[in-house]
Amino acid sequence: MTRDEALFEFCLRMGDSTLVLGHRVSEWCGHAPVLEEDIALANTALDLIGQTQLWLGLAGEVEGKGRDADQLAFLRDAWDFRNLLLTEVPNGDFGRTLMRQFLFDAWHSVYLARLLKSSDKRIADIAEKASKEVAYHLERSADTVVALGDGTEESHQRMEAALAYLWPYVGEMFAGDAVDAAMAEAGIAPDPAGLREEYDALVGRVLAEATLEMPESRFAHKGGRNGAMHTEHLGHILTQMQWLQRAYPGASW
Amino acid sequence: MYAQMIKTAGTGVKSPEEMTEEERKFQARVDANEKIEPKDWMPDDYRATLIRQIGQHAHSEIVGQLPEGNWITRAPTLERKAILLAKVQDEAGHGLYLYCAAETLGVSRDELTEDLLSGKMKYSSIFNYPTLTWADIGAVGWLVDGAAIMNQVPLQRTSFGPYSRAMIRICKEESFHQRQGYDIMMKMARGTEAQKRMAQDAINRLWYPSLMMFGPSDKESVHSGQSMAWRIKINTNDELRQKFVDQTVPQAEYLGLTIPDENLKWNEERGHYDFSEPDWKEFFDVLKGNGPCNTDRLTARQEAWSDGKWVRDAMLAHARKKAAAKVAAE
Ligand SMILES: [Fe+2]
Ligand SMILES: [Fe+2]
Ligand SMILES: [Fe+2]
Repeated sequence: MTRDEALFEFCLRMGDSTLVLGHRVSEWCGHAPVLEEDIALANTALDLIGQTQLWLGLAGEVEGKGRDADQLAFLRDAWDFRNLLLTEVPNGDFGRTLMRQFLFDAWHSVYLARLLKSSDKRIADIAEKASKEVAYHLERSADTVVALGDGTEESHQRMEAALAYLWPYVGEMFAGDAVDAAMAEAGIAPDPAGLREEYDALVGRVLAEATLEMPESRFAHKGGRNGAMHTEHLGHILTQMQWLQRAYPGASW
Repeated sequence: MYAQMIKTAGTGVKSPEEMTEEERKFQARVDANEKIEPKDWMPDDYRATLIRQIGQHAHSEIVGQLPEGNWITRAPTLERKAILLAKVQDEAGHGLYLYCAAETLGVSRDELTEDLLSGKMKYSSIFNYPTLTWADIGAVGWLVDGAAIMNQVPLQRTSFGPYSRAMIRICKEESFHQRQGYDIMMKMARGTEAQKRMAQDAINRLWYPSLMMFGPSDKESVHSGQSMAWRIKINTNDELRQKFVDQTVPQAEYLGLTIPDENLKWNEERGHYDFSEPDWKEFFDVLKGNGPCNTDRLTARQEAWSDGKWVRDAMLAHARKKAAAKVAAE
């Protein structure tokens, strides 16, 4: 694996995660519990899709085969996707959607903070733009997790169930591999394993405030970041997302 | 026009002799283009009519998220997806401004929502039509937002201050909505055979429902006479519909699309296009709940509301606990 091949993989990991999560969040449009949440969810999805354009645009540039962000988003099949499994699991109820958002935002903010110092200026620039948006996402999702965890008996139970369902997808964020090693060596991106402590501290603080217990298990589902094994859900996301590009090849929209 | 068939409260326009002293003063302020503010005295019928009108407008923005949201996950490019998300987010924001304006009249957002969900209040008939292809997203922006702008631009000058200010904010965003819609149509109309077919099909299905947005002719109606005297209605439905047709026909020609009306032609004498009326029986059917999507739209909103109850309850409970803890700490 050359450094550019590793860099390409890295960009896909970032861009595919924001793309797939943006897709999931946008499924809420018009169905949220209150109007303010409809607006906030659309806004989050919009930010994530904007970040996707940057990451996948850079991926295409690094790859150098003439593929642009749209071609990468709409014309790859599931096994070429490199998103975290966490981002592709179904929304479930509003509580699970916001818990997933929080677990992702916490990782995203810790990771982007390191990417600000990337030796690759293109990456530092994307991180700079994204980290402002993500700081706001994190503030919002953390506040919501606290409110729903602490709110009522029912909401507490639902948030407990959401956390139990999602926790096994957290570990993948910190499982480094050869791509990560190459990125760390080049000073482009940090070794993810080194971020776990900071992540646990952040998540632990918020969960405590939400009166939720942080699960002890470190069991982790893996296979999204390296494409080895996605969940069954990703294929369904792509059949929707890619429909027009697949059904009308070569058309311009 | 997002407010259709608003029943004006009262018995029609009163002559100055029929008015009370307060009503005369109020009408004089309206006639002098002064803004009426929530704390000012206003006739009960003015208040009641405004609540209906602003409420229906707000509901339309909210329900209007659904036909467009239907294509967010299938938008054909990342840029189109981002633009559509931004637009639908705007529409939800418009709903918020309008509910806030209605609240200044003494009705809560929750009360208005309950009336929407029970079917007591309506939303614009247009959102009971489906969005079947990507071209429909273009046509909705171009025609539906286009028709909404026709109505909302004059309403910036409406007599009720909070409504007028909401309209000013909304109108700033609406022109972007129409432009993005027209831009989609342009791509489709200049695209492949299949895309052209989608574009023509979209205008075939959405043309008459767009004309219906202005409501049936109301030039003889005593009720709309009263609303106009109060300046909560600025133009007749026919005036706005004509303006919309006159603006849209050249745009369709530029796209190379055919408006599905054999009687459509320029009338030199009138200086306007002649055109066919929509099928008003269909319109009343849609209002009665028999449009292609009425049941699905209302069910979607009812489910969002009932599924979200635990969330709203929890947020309220948490806020109360926090407030209580703060008091205890002081
Ligand atoms: Fe709007
Ligand atoms: Fe609208
Ligand atoms: Fe709009």
